Amino acid sequence: MEAFSAIVAQAQDPDDAKNIAAAAGAGMAYGLAAIGPGIGIGYIVGKSVEAMARQPEAAGMVRTTMFLGIAFTEALALIGFVVFILLKFA
Amino acid sequence: MKPSVYDRSLLAASGACPEMSALGPSGFNQDNVEIITTRFEGPAPEVAISTDMIKRGLIVAPILIAICGVIWGINGAWSSTYGVAIVLANFALAAAFIAAAARISLGLMMGATLFGYLIRLALIFIAVWLVKDASWISLPALGSTIIVTHLGLLFWEMKYVALSLAYPGLKPTRSQPAA
Repeated sequence: MEAFSAIVAQAQDPDDAKNIAAAAGAGMAYGLAAIGPGIGIGYIVGKSVEAMARQPEAAGMVRTTMFLGIAFTEALALIGFVVFILLKFA
Repeated sequence: MKPSVYDRSLLAASGACPEMSALGPSGFNQDNVEIITTRFEGPAPEVAISTDMIKRGLIVAPILIAICGVIWGINGAWSSTYGVAIVLANFALAAAFIAAAARISLGLMMGATLFGYLIRLALIFIAVWLVKDASWISLPALGSTIIVTHLGLLFWEMKYVALSLAYPGLKPTRSQPAA
């Protein structure tokens, strides 16, 4: 955060400082929004693979649940991405 | 000389070797071995689900495009079309990654799913970055379409998922009676 504050402070023009802050905020929003789903998807897939290895006859059911779980978790990353594009490009 | 698989199972079953017994009836750490060697060659339920979602997405796309067209004008309609295409392609890619990797091994499926998530996020970013300065793009329309289409199709699909051993993917239709 100190490095970020120093970069913003170095900007001569207030518009530049605003743009730098917006870019950093957008990047942080996208990055933080992608970390959570990444952990969640890793957990879902790990547990699903474990379940399929233990009980292969239920693999189809597990894969369906896993796919839907991944898609729901990924929605969080997409929301973060949309916030990012609105902050950065709009 | 290392014992063969058969010898290992005998050792494990006899209880003569406590270390082998702890590894399970085959004498191997069951989870590790089966994750690497198990593969599924049958029909992929995620492909069936994503295909069904794409069909439903194509059905509701005109409504979404019309709503965005009313709110954001013609640019909103084009952006909404682009957003729907991104979401449907994302579902198709996710299912294709998982199905292709599951035919090889469970371990690869895990890797393909995790890296597939990163690859798909990167592809979505590139798809939006390429058109961000286009004259026809409306970013609020694109963003709202991506979120609404993704979540809407998922919640809608939940109604048609069976999740039973007989029908692990979609519920049977009338032409395909339940077993």
